Amino acid sequence: MTTQPATSEAAGGTARRLAGHRLLWPALILLALLLGNLVFQHDFFSVRVRDGHLYGSLIDILQFGAPLILVALGMTLVIATRGIDLSVGSTVAIAGALACAHISTAADPGSVTTMLTAVALALGVALVLGLANGFLVSGLGVQPIVATLILMVAGRGVAQLITDGQIITVTSAPYKMIGGGYWLTFPFAVLLAAALVALTAFLTRRSALGMLIESVGGNPAASRLVGIRAGGLLALVYVFSALCAAVAGLMISSNVSSADGNNAGLWIELDAILAVVVGGTALTGGRFSLGGTVLGALIIQTLSTTVYTLGVPPETTLVFKAFVVIVVCLVQSPVFRAKVLRRRRTTPPRSHTAAAPAQQQEVRA
Amino acid sequence: MSTGIASAAARLTRPFATVSPRTRTRIPLIVTAVLLAVMFSVGSMRYEGFLSAQVVLNLLIDNGFLLVVAVGATFVILTGGIDLSVGSMVALSTMLTAWLVESHGWPLATVIPLVLLVGAASGALMGWIIHTFEIQPFIVTLAGMFLARGLCYTISTESITISDPTTTGIAQTRLYGPGGLFVSIPVVIALAVLVIAFVVLHHTRFGRNVYALGGNESSARLMGLPVGSTKIAVYAVSGLCSALGGLLLTFYMLSGYALHAMGMELDAIAATVIGGTLLTGGSGFVLGTALGVLVLGMIQTVVNFQGTLSSWWTRIVIGALLLVFIVLQRLMSGRRPAAD
Repeated sequence: MTTQPATSEAAGGTARRLAGHRLLWPALILLALLLGNLVFQHDFFSVRVRDGHLYGSLIDILQFGAPLILVALGMTLVIATRGIDLSVGSTVAIAGALACAHISTAADPGSVTTMLTAVALALGVALVLGLANGFLVSGLGVQPIVATLILMVAGRGVAQLITDGQIITVTSAPYKMIGGGYWLTFPFAVLLAAALVALTAFLTRRSALGMLIESVGGNPAASRLVGIRAGGLLALVYVFSALCAAVAGLMISSNVSSADGNNAGLWIELDAILAVVVGGTALTGGRFSLGGTVLGALIIQTLSTTVYTLGVPPETTLVFKAFVVIVVCLVQSPVFRAKVLRRRRTTPPRSHTAAAPAQQQEVRA
Repeated sequence: MSTGIASAAARLTRPFATVSPRTRTRIPLIVTAVLLAVMFSVGSMRYEGFLSAQVVLNLLIDNGFLLVVAVGATFVILTGGIDLSVGSMVALSTMLTAWLVESHGWPLATVIPLVLLVGAASGALMGWIIHTFEIQPFIVTLAGMFLARGLCYTISTESITISDPTTTGIAQTRLYGPGGLFVSIPVVIALAVLVIAFVVLHHTRFGRNVYALGGNESSARLMGLPVGSTKIAVYAVSGLCSALGGLLLTFYMLSGYALHAMGMELDAIAATVIGGTLLTGGSGFVLGTALGVLVLGMIQTVVNFQGTLSSWWTRIVIGALLLVFIVLQRLMSGRRPAAD
């Protein structure tokens, strides 16, 4: 974005459009991270087929990143309405705990019916939790961060209550399919995440829904005045976010065949927010990019994998993530950009000064 | 959907419209005080040995560090901001103290000022970023949370136990009062912090600036108040308080561990809210925060006394209380819902 003014006159139209594309930076970062991995692990890009399943580091990133992509997907729409959903981590834990608790006590844990009931149960409870968040935010007008904080605090307790403080282990082939299974040689989790992303993209971009959400995020008062039912839309995005988190929770618990109320989805809300922000959706709402979010989630997952490959203690990923958050937010900050641009503008010839006030105004707005 | 609820909310708050705004902001505080009294009396009736002054003092001994952290959080919340980094800052302080004292043999007298300085400086840095680049406090302190927790792990992923005689000596000192009642040194420090915070907030220019900033930032700016330096200062206060809270926790636990104080930022925010401070800023009481900390401690004590209840009930009850108080705040403030 900073290169755009410098090259705008020299470069051709295609290059300019490419340079200005909002997915360019996330894509470049992801590419750089992947290439960086190649240095430390020479077979990083190799993907093999074994027993009719795809194997390889790239597939691992996709498979382990699938839950994060889903949580970030829900978070994107919430953030687009100027909100934030801190409760997704707890929802992940509750959904996994409920499903596993149901399967472990069922008469026939291996049957498809048991699995479907468990999934329905988890999604049903997530729907209620999402409605509760939505009611607090849109009905009572509580700040989103505060409204969802409640479930974040209480949710882990609820998950612990469901699992009775233990780690519930389940053996159910149909349930294992959700997070650890393969379908048409591809990991099922990746296909599921891809399908949900595609469905969301279709609903928000091929209908007016996406625009309405952006309008509510851009200016809630104005969108109410033009007749958009902001309240219902707001509640909807929190329900959607909770449902996405529940599916992610099912994936995580299914992948390890167990539910851990304390650690499942711990800090996933932070990773999801990070993925959304890295993907170019501003926290101030009013605009969102689903493609950016998917790229962002993959960046976060690759970053975690890279740190792991480097042999650095995995816990230190937090330090890297902190720097990523700060850098991305600084780049997104209009004030920061204005300061950097002003420094650049001290050198160019006088013809540029005419354009300066207009640009500054744009920056203020 | 929302309009129906909004009008219902308006109907519910109508009885409070006649109450003066000054009294109205005190209602949550009164509710908290009543709640604390009810919990204590019910506890005294149900459990043997509950009704004693030492139980109350033990609340302070077990939650002194939380009190200090929550006092810092109150400053930030009064300005309408939020600090999510406090829990990690507490953990980092325990880690730094244990590491420097145990692994490097530094004297405690050098380590304490250093840790406090680190806390205050990182708080000020976050405040500076928030103010200068107009980034939401939530996201900046989130990064601070990541950074501090990550730094803990880079120091050590294991718990460091402290056996330094000075530190253990301070930790084990009991200050006896009349009737054999005792408190620990951290309790005295925590109460001192509370008194200082009260004086600063209610009797200094800085305190008035904090309230004014939370009431309406642009008005405060137009009045010529030093918005930037106040904002940076409250985050520095919060950082300083979390570093001090970390030191007190080190004395309490006699160890440094990266997993100490997980989720303490939420407890601190909960204590502040239950104590009657508005999350939108501008209105609240630091003494209420102390009541809030006591309520949280009392929940823990009741769960302990009950014996049959699992500890995760504590989190559920805190969440439920948070819900009640936030809804109460919403109804008391009498503003139109933001969603409309």
